[in-house]
Order: sequence, then structure tokens, then C-alpha cells
Amino acid sequence: MERQVQRLRQAFRSGRSRPLRFRQQQLEGLCRMVQEREKDIVEALAADLSKSALNAYSHEIISILGEIDFMLRNLSDLASAKPAKKNLLTMMDEVYVQPEPLGVVLIIGAWNYPFVLTMQPLVGAIAAGNAVIVKPSELSENTAKLLAKLLPQYVDQDLYAVINGGVEETTELLKQRFDHILYTGNTAVGKIVMEAAAKHLTPVTLELGGKSPCYIDKDCDLDVACRRITWGKYMNCGQTCIAPDYVLCEASLQDQIVQKIKETVKDFYGENIKASPDYERIINLRHFKRIHSLLEGQKIAFGGETDEATCYIEEIFGPILPIVPVKNVDEAINFINDREKPLALYVFSRNNKLIKRMIDETSSGGVTGNDVIMHFTVNSLPFGGVGSSGMGAYHGKYSFDTFSHQRPCLLKSLKGESVNKLRYPPNSQSKVSWAKFFLLKQFKKEKLQLLLLMFVGVVTAVVVKVNQSSVVVTKAKWPRKPKLLQEFADFWSKSLKL
Amino acid sequence: MGPLSVQGWMDSFDSFEDTLRRLREAFKAGQTRPVEFRVAQLQGLGHFLGANKQLLQDALAEDLGKSPFESDISEIILCQNEVDLAIKSLQTWMKDEPVATNLLTKLSSAFIRKEPFGLVIIIAPWNYPLNLMIMPLVGAIAAGNCVLLKPSEISKNTEKVCCHPALQSCFAVVLGGPEETGQLLEHKFDYIFFTGSPRVGKIVMAAAAKHLTPITLELGGKNPCYVDDSCDPQTVANRVAWFRYFNAGQTCVAPDYILCSQEMQERLLPALQSAILRFYGDDPKTSPNLGRIINQKHFKRLQGLLGCGRVAIGGQSEESERYIAPTVLVDVQETDPVMQEEIFGPILPLLTVKNLEEAIDFINRREKPLALYAFSNNRVNQVLDCTSSGGFGGNDGFLYLTLSAMPLGGIGNSGMGRYHGKFSFDTFSHHRACLLRSPGMERLNDLRYPPYSPWSQQLISWAIGSQSCTLL
Repeated sequence: MERQVQRLRQAFRSGRSRPLRFRQQQLEGLCRMVQEREKDIVEALAADLSKSALNAYSHEIISILGEIDFMLRNLSDLASAKPAKKNLLTMMDEVYVQPEPLGVVLIIGAWNYPFVLTMQPLVGAIAAGNAVIVKPSELSENTAKLLAKLLPQYVDQDLYAVINGGVEETTELLKQRFDHILYTGNTAVGKIVMEAAAKHLTPVTLELGGKSPCYIDKDCDLDVACRRITWGKYMNCGQTCIAPDYVLCEASLQDQIVQKIKETVKDFYGENIKASPDYERIINLRHFKRIHSLLEGQKIAFGGETDEATCYIEEIFGPILPIVPVKNVDEAINFINDREKPLALYVFSRNNKLIKRMIDETSSGGVTGNDVIMHFTVNSLPFGGVGSSGMGAYHGKYSFDTFSHQRPCLLKSLKGESVNKLRYPPNSQSKVSWAKFFLLKQFKKEKLQLLLLMFVGVVTAVVVKVNQSSVVVTKAKWPRKPKLLQEFADFWSKSLKL
Repeated sequence: MGPLSVQGWMDSFDSFEDTLRRLREAFKAGQTRPVEFRVAQLQGLGHFLGANKQLLQDALAEDLGKSPFESDISEIILCQNEVDLAIKSLQTWMKDEPVATNLLTKLSSAFIRKEPFGLVIIIAPWNYPLNLMIMPLVGAIAAGNCVLLKPSEISKNTEKVCCHPALQSCFAVVLGGPEETGQLLEHKFDYIFFTGSPRVGKIVMAAAAKHLTPITLELGGKNPCYVDDSCDPQTVANRVAWFRYFNAGQTCVAPDYILCSQEMQERLLPALQSAILRFYGDDPKTSPNLGRIINQKHFKRLQGLLGCGRVAIGGQSEESERYIAPTVLVDVQETDPVMQEEIFGPILPLLTVKNLEEAIDFINRREKPLALYAFSNNRVNQVLDCTSSGGFGGNDGFLYLTLSAMPLGGIGNSGMGRYHGKFSFDTFSHHRACLLRSPGMERLNDLRYPPYSPWSQQLISWAIGSQSCTLL
């Protein structure tokens, strides 16, 4: 494993992954892979999660295509140097921030959306010019194997590699040194990843989870709210990190909500849900048993719905929607704030003030108002957590930035040394005032006019002085420009008594 | 928020727990969030800096032998500027940032909300004890957090100044050494900002991992300084000498060592001698413009390094004053102790390389530094393109730090994250993605609900994929 990482590091050091043209080619390769092998990808997802072709497409494949498209369109803009505001002392210098690749990046994927959660970060890492190791989740076996098979066929094998394996292999992998690690998964393993990263001072992006609350106000269109919540909750059989984990509402609404969700589920999946091609399955037996045990001894209102306390011990990650009655929005806010910060927060209300209040008084990775999940699809929004739901963010520009180092650069000329005399010892108090003026005043075009005026004034003074010393100037050639500038600078320095 | 009292570590562990609890309660009650509160805090900080300039200069002189000029331009003025910038820009920075929507979310409002993390701890070092504490503090307060400050116990006099009553209403201060800091970090914080060495940086990050606390680490490294043959030696010498010996070399972004050809070295040495003479006079020990080493431990460490290679300039030291003369070393090997660790003192080794390629190779074999410098008339960009570092200075030193539009931060072993100006505000804020949809227009959503038909796939892909729509 060390050798593999070394191999990638050598490839990165050769500088091959940096030219924009190369990055574009690799991204185009990925795009071809997704388009040409769509069938294989869909089959793998079906094998892992019983995902229907349509769900596989709209939940996973589409996001990748959108992300690749975004990167290809914006690459030169994202990778370009961004000029920064100068002060007077640096007004003749080039001042900018240059995005640069970090080096070798590790992406650890998750099993619930095994394709998109490895590929979307990969797109960002490649676009930023890095070498990448992808470690898909071993729980989604088929997708993991497929990625290992397909990736080398479409992108550079020396710069991008897939490493498969379980806990043991991942632990070994984490002992290696990377320049960034992006991990999607649960909180417990997130801590292990960050601890391993600390040994090498590797920055991390952790996309974790939590219990995403969903508050339903009494002033809202209950039909619409329940429809949207049902969609978000039961997609992928509830195995979505930003699914509405539990509902908070006033007790009077509870029965109506249950009824409406029941009707919506029937609309979506038919009478015999098990037979619906659009309904997924739990990833494996262990998780199945875990979720099943959550139902034991609970008050089930419909199918997998319940409203008892034990469901809150952990993120449910299954098709079980607890409904917690609260007195009012204050109690809901307190309930939410008493818990760890979630990855997502949802609030349904016609009252914009209430929505605003919910946002203002709580914290979460992201928010969708009057809907669920959707903030994930807007790739101009950063996708990430806060507190125990994670740190860092990605998607679109944020992916590019996550996998880049923004390097500040100041390029001066070797000439013009006289101006620097201001800062050299021996020092005086008057120098401080000048230093303040030059360092702290930001360079604006209007100031340029002022400076030009000053310049003209000084030149006039020089000319007058020269005339007064009776040097015949008319026929003699003016000294060459650099010398004149030098004289001007000397005169100026002298006049400042430096 | 009432004044939070200073907690001395020797008092009791419990009283510190109280401070932490009170800070969290204050944050939970929303005290630090209104813009008026933040501005008032920042103004308080600004007044303090303005009203106590003499006090601050004296403390810095005591700790590091800093001249008033150095204290002003590298600490006090920069901090005042940062405070002013934050006060002026706060409303703008705090605004929700609208973002582009895709077709599926066109009728929604999408924006990024900047939120405070909560309880922030800032651990400051001793070399620029005011700057490296106040600069992050400004960002943390501006972002609406509650702040716990842990100044360095090594810069004792500046540490005392932090306990000034005028500062106490802004934030809490805790004092202590490495052991106490370790205990402190066992508690949960919502953000940790640490400036110091890579070795301790790893310890801080490991502690942060236990609570999944996001961090910014401003560390260090050996900042290479490449000098091309095409340069005027005196100009280079002036600039390098100034940045090297500023604060007696105790600057994380100072040029640590020079890489140049043998020929250039011979021209640089007299130029460096001339610059040092001009800056500090015949006897630098008597110059009011040269600082002192912070304490005995570092003094002894630096004194040891004087034995590496051969002393070409300077080399004198005086223990009672913790004085080390501005020194240049030559004939230094890569394996010498002076090349194994960040020097952090007024010693400048010159290493010879055959050409630019060898220099770049040398630099890339080592850990990524916090800063990288290249002096050349025409090949600065080559060095820039072939290396990596926190920041880069072409034909000058760390002047870019004075620009609040430029971030200060490391990469790899020299750190992670960045700050200064708006970057500070962003560092101490959680960028929360918000999408507010209308409860109406439900028909449009039918597209996404099961049961699915083949054509809905096409429609969905078109809708999510496009960023703009000329029809709407």
C-alpha cells in the first residue's frame, strides 16, 4: 500500500496532473465512463441496494454528470490566479492568490450512495490537479469492484487509483501520508480518520451524519409537506445522510400527518410496497437487524412509523420515521438545540418569519425550507456538516477549493530599492507615520490621481531647482529615464529626511 | 455579557470549568450574535490598543527587546487595522450570500448563511504575542463566537497585558503552560485556532479529533530563499537581511536559509555585511533596532547552531542579554543541525547549489514551508510554478502579510487553514447552505415522485443539469 501511494506521489511530482488540458481530458474520460458504462453502474447499484434504474440515475449518475459538466465549464476560471487589493507600498507589484493542487488526495466513500459519494469528490480532486486514491466502501461490494475495474480504463492509471478492502486495509491506508482526506461516513469512524490524519498534519473534510430534524408548522400545506417528506424519507430505503430523520410537530397535527404519509406511501409504492420496483432495500443483514430492533416495543402508527424515545439513540438510517409531538416552535427549537448539530434541518411553514426564526436559532450543515434533500442538488451551495455532522464542504466550486491550496503571491521587481529605505533601520518615529500611510492605505485609482499630482509637483520643484543652479538644459540631452528616476527617488528620500 | 474574570491556572480547575460553562451559556443565549454586540467588542479592542500603546510597546520590549518601530509596524498598527477593517466590513461579511440556482430550484431562494461556531479557543505563541493573538481574535469575535484566549506563557509581559481589566469584557483569558493547555484541550470546543510548532500542532489536532473540532493550524518550517545570479547583490542583501533579522529572526515567515551559486555567495557576503552594518551599526549589541531572544532555552539552542559550517558574519552572543549578533553561516551541509529545524533566530545559512533546478529539487525534497522566496530578474515564476508553500514572495520578503486581502496560512507540515481580513471571518464561520422553496408549485415536483416513467428520467437530468435557463 505504501508503494502504491508512493507511485502516485511520484506521478504527481512529475507535474503531469497540473496542466488544465490534462485535467480536462481526465474529466472527459470520467464523463465517457459514466455514459458508456451506465448499464454496468446501474446493475451494480441494483445488486448492492436494489436500486431501480431510474433511482440510480436520478440519485447518483445525474449528480456526477452535472459536477463534471460544471468543472469542465469553469475550470479555467477556478484555476486562475485571483488578484488581490494592494496598498500603496505594493502598488507596483503583482499581488494575487494562486490556486494549486495539494498532492495526493484520499477519498473514502460510503455505501449508501456508493457511486456518487466516491465519484463526486473525485471529480473535484482531479479538477484541482491532484493525484487521487479512492477507497470505496466494502459494504457496497458490487459498486466497489466495478469502480476498480472501470476507472483504470478511462483515466490515467498512474495518477488515480482505486484501493478496495475492509477495516484492516483502510487502517493500513490511513497510516500513509496524504495531502487531504475526504471521508464520508459515520461520526465514530470520522474521529478515527481525523486522528490518523493528525499524525501527518493532513487536513480533512468529514461528511458525517446525525439526526436531521424536520419541523412541521401548523400553518403549512400539510398535503404538500407530507408528500415531500415521504419522498425524502423513504428514498433509498431511508439510507440517506440528509433524509429527514424525525418529525417535530404539534400534537394536534400528528394524526393528520400519519394519515397523509400513509396515503402518499401508497401513491408512491402501491399497496404491496415490497413489490414496487422503486423501493430499495437495506444494504445488509447487520443494518437490517439494527433497524428492526429499533421497532421493538414501539408504538407503530403505520408501517415503520413510531414515536418512542429509543429511536433517537442513533441516526436511524432506515425507513422509520418517528414523530415527536411538541407544544410549539420554541419547544421544537430547544429540542433541536439540545442535540448534536445535524447535517440538515428541515422546516415546513407558509410563515416565512417562522422559517427565518428556525434558521436563526439553530445550527446545521444545511437547510431546506418547505422541502427536503434539495439543497444537495444545488451545486453552487457547499455541502457539508458542522459540529459532529462534519467539517469542510464540497460540491462544485467548493470541491475545487477543498482540494486546492490558495497560495498568496507577491512579486516585486528588484528595482526601486530606494522606496524600501523607508523600512530599513536605523528607525525613527517619522518613519512609522510613513509606514502607516504606505502599508495601510489601500491602493485605489482615485489615489493614483493624487499621486500623479504629487509627482508633477515634485518634478516642477526639481526643474525649478535645476534652473536655479544655472545649468543649461535646453540644448543638453535629458539624462536617461532610469537615472532621472533614481535622482527623483534620491531627492524624495532626502526630503523625507530618512 | 458581564465581565468574565481572569482564571489563573493555579487557582482551581473548577473555576475554569465555570468559565467554559458561562461562555457556552452566553453563546447559547445568543449574546454574541447581534452585529451591535460584535461591533462594540471590536471597538473595545480598538480603544484598548489605542489607549495602551505605551504599555504594549513596553511589554514587547521586555519580552523580545522589540524596538517601538518594530512593535508598531508588526504588531500594534496591524492589529488596529484589522479591527478597523472588521468594524467597517462586518455588515457586508455577515450578509447572506445568494447563489445561483438550477432549473429545478429556480423559484427558490438559495443562499449561504454565515454562522458562528460557538466556543472558540485561540492559542497564541510568543514571537508576535500581540499580533498572533489579536488578529485571530478579531475574526472570531466578528464571526459572532465566544472566545477563550490562551496567550503564551513564554512572553510573560504580554501575557500580563492580556489580563488588563479593559479587555476582560470581550472574552475570557486562561493562563498556563503546556500541561495545562493539554488539559484544556480535553474539553470540547467548537473551533480551535493554534499558532505554534508542527510538533505541537499534531498534538492539538489529535486532541481536536476526539471531539471532531474543526481547526486552523498556523505552523512553521524552513522557508527557503533562492537567489539567482542575475540579481544585484546589494538589493537582495538589504531585503533578505531586513526580513531575516527583524524581531531577531523569530518570525515564522522569515527567510530561513539562502540557496545560491558559489559565485553569488561571494558577492552576497560583502553585501550582507554592508546591510547589517547600515541597519545595526558597528556593534549591533548597542543598536536599539535589534531584538533579543525570548528566553534562555532558545538562546542556548541558537548558540549551539552557531557551530554549524563556518561563521562568515557575526557569530557573537551574550548570554546575560540573550543577544545573538546578526549572523551569516557558510559551508553548511544539508545534514547539519542548523538545517534540521526551523532556525527562529538571527542566523542565516548560505547553501550553494549549481543551478535553479538543483535549488528547486532541494526545496521539494523537504517539507512544504510556510513561505518561499525567490530573487531573480526573470525566473521568479519558474520557482513559483515548480514548488509549493503557504505563501510566496518574489524579490522580497513577507511583505504580502501586510495586505489584508491576502490570506496567511500554511500547507502540509506548515499548517492548514488561513486567516487575516475576511479570511478570518470566513475561518471562524460555518457556511450553512440554505434553500428555501415555496410550498406551492407542487405539480412541478411530481416529476421526482415514484412510480417513475421512462421520460421522467430525461426531464430530471435536463432540469438538475442546467444552471441557467433562457426561457425563464
